[in-house]
Amino acid sequence: MTQSLAITKFSDLANPTYFLNLSGRILPWLGCLTAVLFAAGLYLSFTTEGDYQQGETVRIMYVHVPAAWLSMMCYSVMALSAIGTLVWRHPLADVSHKAAAPLGAAFTLIALATGSLWGKPMWGTWWVWDARLTSVFVLFLMYLGLIALNRAMDDPSKAARVSAVLILVGFVNIPIIKFSVEWWNTLHQPASVVRLDGPTIDPEFLIPLLVMAFAFTFLFFTLHLMAMRNEIWRRRVTAQRRMAARMASREN
Amino acid sequence: MSHGFYIALSYAISALIVAVMLGRIWLDGRARQRELAELEASGIRRRSSAAGKGELA
Repeated sequence: MTQSLAITKFSDLANPTYFLNLSGRILPWLGCLTAVLFAAGLYLSFTTEGDYQQGETVRIMYVHVPAAWLSMMCYSVMALSAIGTLVWRHPLADVSHKAAAPLGAAFTLIALATGSLWGKPMWGTWWVWDARLTSVFVLFLMYLGLIALNRAMDDPSKAARVSAVLILVGFVNIPIIKFSVEWWNTLHQPASVVRLDGPTIDPEFLIPLLVMAFAFTFLFFTLHLMAMRNEIWRRRVTAQRRMAARMASREN
Repeated sequence: MSHGFYIALSYAISALIVAVMLGRIWLDGRARQRELAELEASGIRRRSSAAGKGELA
């Protein structure tokens, strides 16, 4: 009984009108929560101590690391949506991965730009072609490729299926990014927060970092819901225009 | 260049990218809603709108 209720609720979400109504109610709350988290995160980012070695530049970490996490999380959301497209043919799954691609590109661009700005004073260079930096750059190119693919194809359902296959093939890059700092000798530091033996980072830095990570995560979900709503409306406009053209040709 | 320059530029670039992303999505949503309202005003309605159930295209 409980299972069938859960399946019914999930199936209800496949109805875009239901999704539009539900997301319309959730979005103001998500937006407010994101703003509050950013206010708290930015306050903590600029009021906590600097690092004894890196000095004040440690503050770049509070935007760089959450953006880097989000660049991978966004791709993981797209991979789940791609499974939804290919396996369940869920009507919102292709809308989801199409809407997420520009967001992923933006978060990856933030991670690359802030990483470069952190690298120059700390490493003495803007860029090195090491495993971590190169694999994240490849992720950025993959996002751009998926955006281009979606725009190049007129039929949205065909574009969604081709994109879904490409997304799932490209998912191999996510564990490469995550473990690149362990598998290869890189200039980039190894993981210090998400580790099996717990974070090795001081709570002075960990708290603002986690608050900013939550802020970025809620920002992603807010923007993703907004972009999904736009995509549903875009498809409705196209369908209605097509219907109007058919009606006009029938009258003539 | 001082460390302050790199920190300020990092936050400025991040804020700019987020603002562009938010603005683009916001404006896109406004434009799509306007298009739907125009279609509705010209008497073109979705087949499923009467039943209250939606379909994607």
